[in-house]
Amino acid sequence: MVIVRPWSRIVDDFLAHALLGGIGVALAAGPLGAFIVWRRMAYFGDTLAHSGLLGIVLGTVLNLNLQLGVAVTCLLMALALVLLQRQRRLATDTLLGILAHTALSLGLVALAFLETVRVDLTGYLFGDILAIGRIDLYWIWGGALLALVALAWLWRPLLAITVHEELAQVEGVPVFPVRLAFMLLVAIVIAVAMKVVGILLITSLLIVPAAAARRFARSPEGMALLASGLGCAAVGIGLWASLRWDTPAGPSVVMAAAFLFVLSSVVPDRSWR
Amino acid sequence: MAEPLLTAESIGLAIRGNPILHDVSLRVASGEIVALIGPNGAGKSTLVRVLLGLLRPDSGRVWLRPGLRVGYMPQRLALDDTLPLSVQRFVTLGTPAARARVRAALAEVGAAHVLDSPVQAVSGGELQRVMLARALLREPDLLVLDEPIQGVDLNGQYELYDLIGALRRTRGCGILIVSHELHLVMATTDHVLCLNRHVCCSGHPDHVARDPAYLELFGSDGARRLAVYHHHHNHHHDLHGAVVPDLPLASASGGGGGHRPPVEQDRG
Repeated sequence: MVIVRPWSRIVDDFLAHALLGGIGVALAAGPLGAFIVWRRMAYFGDTLAHSGLLGIVLGTVLNLNLQLGVAVTCLLMALALVLLQRQRRLATDTLLGILAHTALSLGLVALAFLETVRVDLTGYLFGDILAIGRIDLYWIWGGALLALVALAWLWRPLLAITVHEELAQVEGVPVFPVRLAFMLLVAIVIAVAMKVVGILLITSLLIVPAAAARRFARSPEGMALLASGLGCAAVGIGLWASLRWDTPAGPSVVMAAAFLFVLSSVVPDRSWR
Repeated sequence: MAEPLLTAESIGLAIRGNPILHDVSLRVASGEIVALIGPNGAGKSTLVRVLLGLLRPDSGRVWLRPGLRVGYMPQRLALDDTLPLSVQRFVTLGTPAARARVRAALAEVGAAHVLDSPVQAVSGGELQRVMLARALLREPDLLVLDEPIQGVDLNGQYELYDLIGALRRTRGCGILIVSHELHLVMATTDHVLCLNRHVCCSGHPDHVARDPAYLELFGSDGARRLAVYHHHHNHHHDLHGAVVPDLPLASASGGGGGHRPPVEQDRG
């Protein structure tokens, strides 16, 4: 069955896809980003994201779904980091710096070997939100919903280990499994967010809305919800600006988030502090 | 003898070839206050982490009474400023509890007024009380307090020690308390363990205070301050709530250690 659709309908479709995809990512990125901010793990998220390109290559070579390839690579990266942290000769941020750029470079070098495959590097690095298709939407919403449900389930123990890890352990929280599960969620969200803002900008979608939400939040849950809301607003504003001024969509979304953050810093303080 | 809650036998631990603990044994019974004292770097916190099961010792063994409920008060709380967390939420993170119960636990430690404050906004002394309330909410059989008076001003230190002494009476739980502020620990304590990677000496506070190993570890100044506190302690119960004048020995202790500040009325 072939349905012939007018041109305007197709434009609407790709805009709707972009908006739906962006919102799906923003919803999951809000609460997860709040935890990344509270746990001071921004650089950690960045490092995982940098390994995303390697996941693309692996996914292509092994003929896997690309999002799956990215998620698996991010998770392996997180595990490598946990193992490396056991030896305490190097500080964590040094390790992260080494891992992040090694992984990115490795991804770029490996990509060069894939001569037969045409790869849109810019799309992977900075996102290609306007090319989101129906299948992409399933992956994004599937991943985002999975991450949100799992986070809701993990919420209390994760909050407890964020506040004080050893105290939580004495009180019976299985610290290591919870931390591992959290890393898995970060890997999933990075994998699904890649299409929207690209691996170099993903961290901003995680931490900027959360940081902007801080000044208005009175509870962890409030901050997480507000971060989701601000992330969705950033997606909407960024897409609109991108169409209006013909700017790249992914970076425009990040600019919109940054704009909201600046706005949140100048309005009068409504939280306790 | 009271029922033991926790025993540790011949604990030995080295971290990257550095011996931290050597042949340390310890026992805490219910209704008993055991103090772990020693200079900085003596391995006190490491020993506590071993006892709590956070670290595995290289040798020796730790036994906890089956089903033992431990209330732990860690040394420090480094909470990121970006986390909007009220005291009530903080206290219930370990044990879900209704607001009234949280308020009661906070009232027990004299911190009911910070119930709705953000954790980052309460003072050092209040934060210690809040952490103590979180430990109490677990209805613990054993309280483990790691440097509970750190960052608390002198006035607050005396209050906290009185409070801890009172908790033993009202709750009947065993208490293991870690400190390097020996002069304060001593008066409320049944048993003192003086640790410097190994157990230098142990026993009743009066006994330990006369032990040459103790005097060598802390010097005679520490011993003198201890004497001051003992004096203060005798007065404390007679004049509770009243202003106690400076003691003669206070100036001799050189630097405020022996000064007895006015006792605040209980907040009950």
